[in-house]
Amino acid sequence: MRIYLLILGMALVTVIPRLLPFIALKIDKIPSLLRVFLSYIPFAAMGALIIPGIGDSIPESTTAALGGTIAATLIALGTRNLLLTIGGGVFTSALFLLF
Amino acid sequence: MTSSREEFFQGITTGLPVFFSYLPVAITFGLLARTGELNIFQTVSFSALVFAGASQLIALNLLSLGVSIPEIIATTFLVNLRHLLMSASLITRIKETPLLPILGLGVTDESFAIASLKPAPVSAGFLGGLQITGYLGWVVGTAIGFGAGQILPEILRQAMGLAIYALFIALLAPAAIRSRTVFVVAIIAGGINWGLALIGLEQAGIRIVLGILGGAAIGTIMEHKGGREN
Repeated sequence: MRIYLLILGMALVTVIPRLLPFIALKIDKIPSLLRVFLSYIPFAAMGALIIPGIGDSIPESTTAALGGTIAATLIALGTRNLLLTIGGGVFTSALFLLF
Repeated sequence: MTSSREEFFQGITTGLPVFFSYLPVAITFGLLARTGELNIFQTVSFSALVFAGASQLIALNLLSLGVSIPEIIATTFLVNLRHLLMSASLITRIKETPLLPILGLGVTDESFAIASLKPAPVSAGFLGGLQITGYLGWVVGTAIGFGAGQILPEILRQAMGLAIYALFIALLAPAAIRSRTVFVVAIIAGGINWGLALIGLEQAGIRIVLGILGGAAIGTIMEHKGGREN
């Protein structure tokens, strides 16, 4: 029973922030300066999600995490391909963990 | 003019990297939930109803530490507060439809990041396809993790910790190379998150929100002063 209460409670507090702007904000009433601000949210969010978390992404080895990060960055810039970047990054980290 | 059906399938194809980056995290969640003595039904309901990677993993950890249910729910709220900013950013770029609010349910860091890099306006069909693909990866991965997580080689399981970050890098690096403002915004946001962690602010949810606000504010100032370069 405890677990189901937890799941329902977590589902509720997760949905509220996701849903609220969709219901409450009138899209055509957003001032232009706020629009500019909102347009930088994706890049700011990715920055804050990557740094510093990526350093701990493989708790067993920071070296493997950094090796995979460098490989992923190079593959991302060279290929612009999401799946190749994910696969290449993980593969490189695995190599670091092996040797 | 593409049909909404085509847009939906385009969303699914675009969502495949999200599917594959969710699998390993979901597998980890399934595995840990099993060792944390949740049953299969509870574990899969968790992912199907909450659909939030970081907070689900944190919740398992807090459960094992004996933290109370209201405290875990409060922590989850803080961890997911960032989605308020993401949804607000996203709605400025979606074509308006009556179905719009439903799409709010599926906002995650990854689907948001992908939808944001697509030229506006993003259609509801595309966003729906993108979100459903990620959702399936999350729920299916959870079940796989619960049932068969132990089969995966240890090294692969560890290395897969990088997967979601590699997805963010794949999205961010090309944009940051093209635009100095984007580069600065991302570095400032990450720097704020890291800096606050270093001075001992423990709630990652709050750190991330402050990082996003700070980064986006710098971007707004830079654009106001010099105009957007990209």
